[in-house]
Amino acid sequence: MERRPARRPAADIGRHGVTFFRSRRRKGGRARLVTGFLAFLAFAHAALASPEFAETLERLGAAKSYEDRLLAARRLAESGHPNALAVLGDLLEGRLYTTRTDGRVVVAETAGEGYAIRDPATGEDLGRVGRRDVTRIGLNNQLRSSLRMLIAKLRLEDDNKSRRLAAIEEIGRSGDAEMIDVLAELAGREHDDKIKKAIETAIAVLRLDAEDAETRIAAIEAVSGNMSAHVRAKLTRLAGDDSLDAETREAAARALERIEAKAERYELLSTMFFGLSLGSVLVLAAIGLSVTFGIKGVINMAHGELIMLGAYTTYVVQQAFPSAIDYSLPIAIPAAFVVSGLVGIAIERGIVRFLYGRPLETLLATFGVSLILQQTVRTVFSPLNRSVTTPSWMSGSIEIVPGFALTLNRLYILAFSLVVFALLLLVLRYTRLGLEMRAVTQNRAMAKAMGIRSDRVDMLAFGLGAGIAGVAGVALSQLTNVGPNLGQAYIVDSFMVVVFGGVGNLWGTLVSGLGLGVVSKLLEPEVGAVLAKILVLVFLILFIQKRPSGLFPQKGRAAEG
Amino acid sequence: MLFRRLLTDDRGGRLFLAALGVVTVIVPIANLVMPPDSPLHVSTFTVALLGKFLCYALLAIALDLVWGYAGILSLGHGAFFALGGYAMGMHLMRQIGSRGVYGHPELPDFMVFLNWEKLPWYWHGFDMFWFAMLMVVLVPGALAFVFGWLAFRSRVKGVYFSIITQAMTYALMLAFFRNEMGFGGNNGLTDFKDLLGASLQAPSTRVALFVVSAIALAGGYLVCRYIVTSRLGRVLTAIRDSEDRARFVGFKVEHYKVWVFTVSAMLAGVAGALYVPQVGIINPNEFQPLNSIELVVWVAVGGRGTLYGAALGALAVNYAKSVLTVEFPDAWLFALGALFVIVTLLLPNGVYDAAAAIKRLLGRRLRHA
Repeated sequence: MERRPARRPAADIGRHGVTFFRSRRRKGGRARLVTGFLAFLAFAHAALASPEFAETLERLGAAKSYEDRLLAARRLAESGHPNALAVLGDLLEGRLYTTRTDGRVVVAETAGEGYAIRDPATGEDLGRVGRRDVTRIGLNNQLRSSLRMLIAKLRLEDDNKSRRLAAIEEIGRSGDAEMIDVLAELAGREHDDKIKKAIETAIAVLRLDAEDAETRIAAIEAVSGNMSAHVRAKLTRLAGDDSLDAETREAAARALERIEAKAERYELLSTMFFGLSLGSVLVLAAIGLSVTFGIKGVINMAHGELIMLGAYTTYVVQQAFPSAIDYSLPIAIPAAFVVSGLVGIAIERGIVRFLYGRPLETLLATFGVSLILQQTVRTVFSPLNRSVTTPSWMSGSIEIVPGFALTLNRLYILAFSLVVFALLLLVLRYTRLGLEMRAVTQNRAMAKAMGIRSDRVDMLAFGLGAGIAGVAGVALSQLTNVGPNLGQAYIVDSFMVVVFGGVGNLWGTLVSGLGLGVVSKLLEPEVGAVLAKILVLVFLILFIQKRPSGLFPQKGRAAEG
Repeated sequence: MLFRRLLTDDRGGRLFLAALGVVTVIVPIANLVMPPDSPLHVSTFTVALLGKFLCYALLAIALDLVWGYAGILSLGHGAFFALGGYAMGMHLMRQIGSRGVYGHPELPDFMVFLNWEKLPWYWHGFDMFWFAMLMVVLVPGALAFVFGWLAFRSRVKGVYFSIITQAMTYALMLAFFRNEMGFGGNNGLTDFKDLLGASLQAPSTRVALFVVSAIALAGGYLVCRYIVTSRLGRVLTAIRDSEDRARFVGFKVEHYKVWVFTVSAMLAGVAGALYVPQVGIINPNEFQPLNSIELVVWVAVGGRGTLYGAALGALAVNYAKSVLTVEFPDAWLFALGALFVIVTLLLPNGVYDAAAAIKRLLGRRLRHA
């Protein structure tokens, strides 16, 4: 109660302060922005063509001794000129020349018989000269190392954070003990935590080579959680170096152990990720199957070939629009859905429809279809694998923490399969088709009595399952080779997933697909890829003995019959 | 007495056995007695090809026993065939002795190549013919017994059973592709020299194998015929037509199924064992799910539920295959695929239906005329 009045004025002042600033900005805001921009342009131009910089360059060109050249180079570095770094780099690489006629400093690059030269400060093209018209500005080793130092310092001052980070890491790798002071000084000025940390690591890495054992051990402690390859290499060397004292070696060995343990954890994580990725592919391949399986227990042996058709659709789309690879997938996904879906509907109308109630015959007939589809693709395209390009936004990987990266295409496919799964769930739950499908699956006679055209529902459901297979094919085309046998490789696995999860149970399919993916990837490093596959198959065969209707058996009326 | 029971109501079977007998007499004469330039001469290549077809026919009969009579569609019968083949192949490998490329007295070439020190335990005994022959039936039989017992006991049936048998042969294929398994990896077993002291390259051995295959086919036919005409066969048919009713009546459905599945696998093993010396190689490709499923179409074409039909289907489809793959290599899979669709859609009883349809057509025309 008592403090309230006391605080109020302070708040008021604050508010006034804010309004004060606002009003000032409002008054001259736009004008200042425009003038500021113009001023910046003028400044930028002036900076590029700065007479001071040109003069220093001239001095560099005219310098007769290496000491003078170093002095000139220092002044260049201190000039703050935007091209200073590039010029120093050119000097170090031996691309800086003086012209014989007027002693002008130019950057020269070999072009045909002579050189193409340009102005180092402005980058202006100065045409071509003969080989004898220019003289290289010579360097000796001492000058070279000083130049390197100058360049490193300049790069450390870079405004761009990621470039600064790269520079710091590079210095750490260089093993140049002289840079420790530079880095330490930089650390004092740096505000960004991440960069500060990077600097500390770089310093520690450099100190690994210190003469003094205590410094060395402290440095070892500091880098013990670091995952970069050069730190590991260095520690391995320290641990095995007999000329060092036992304490250092022990510390290095301990640090290595810690790093190895961390690496193992990351290894496990990335195995899990690969497992999930494999699982997501299995889920994609299996949910379509689960849908067709759900209606009247139809086993569609041509499902794998419908997946293959989806993959080939991606290939065709990319061939049709070679300039728009980045947009090929958004086009290919609906295209594959339609292509495979139509083929699926054709199979249903032409064959499966006549065989309802005879599952074994359905299995054989659809197998025949799968052979025909395979051979068609072989005849139309070729028996060889076709290459499907990965769009640029899907290639590469993201680093979660150092030493642990996820490849983008697998990440996208994992997300994609979850999206497809969610969409399918929504379709089944909230659309008319979904409602009718569920009704027909649960009780066909009753559904018919209620006026549902079960015939049409069968057809559309088959088409839906086939369309999802096509979409799965698009995803698979980003992971494996696209060939006529693509579908065969996945058909047995996806059947296993469906059966394991419980027939006609989408959630079961999801869980069993992801689970099987992870388990087989976890087994792989232990027993090898082939044996892992065999073990999983054997496990499934045994599992089906124990629970013939899968992990999540259907309950209630749907389970009868 | 027994034969009368087996063949009285089986005109097709009698014809089939008679035709088989005739061929078994004629082909050896045509190959061994006729001079090579005679138009009646049958080349050794053809003899081996026919022998191979006979093995397929035996395999088809084995499958028809379980599919046609007990309603168990196995998509993994190729695995039993291949296992029998591997047992035979192992015997033939041991017969090579020190005549291999590396000249090792005991180890087959591929083991020397893999730097193995000694023979794995499961290779012991295969140097004896009787042991190998025992394994030809026991290994597929044991696998079928265990697999069938597990599956039928938990009432895995219909398409589920089909799919797990397919997974079984797929898993076996992957396993046999591994070098560590000790069965020659993806090269399999080959370079066989002789069997029971007779060179496998000699025409007389080929003819002998052909005759043995024919006898095995006839024997297999009679065994299956014996089973299906017995009381047990009727129970199997009852199970095929309504498993639940058979169970309610009091039959131990699982026992019957396991039993017939095991017998069928043993027959398939015998077929495989006869097949291997005639083609000269056995490799994991024989385990391919596609092979097993092709086998199903032989039976379907011939008409499931008629044993000689299955054998004829195997002969017909394989003849068509060997012609088509030479003349139009691309067309074979189209033809096979179409065969699957046509047979299942239009001819559920195979050529039987086709014959009946033709008879109906002819009859109609005769009546109109």
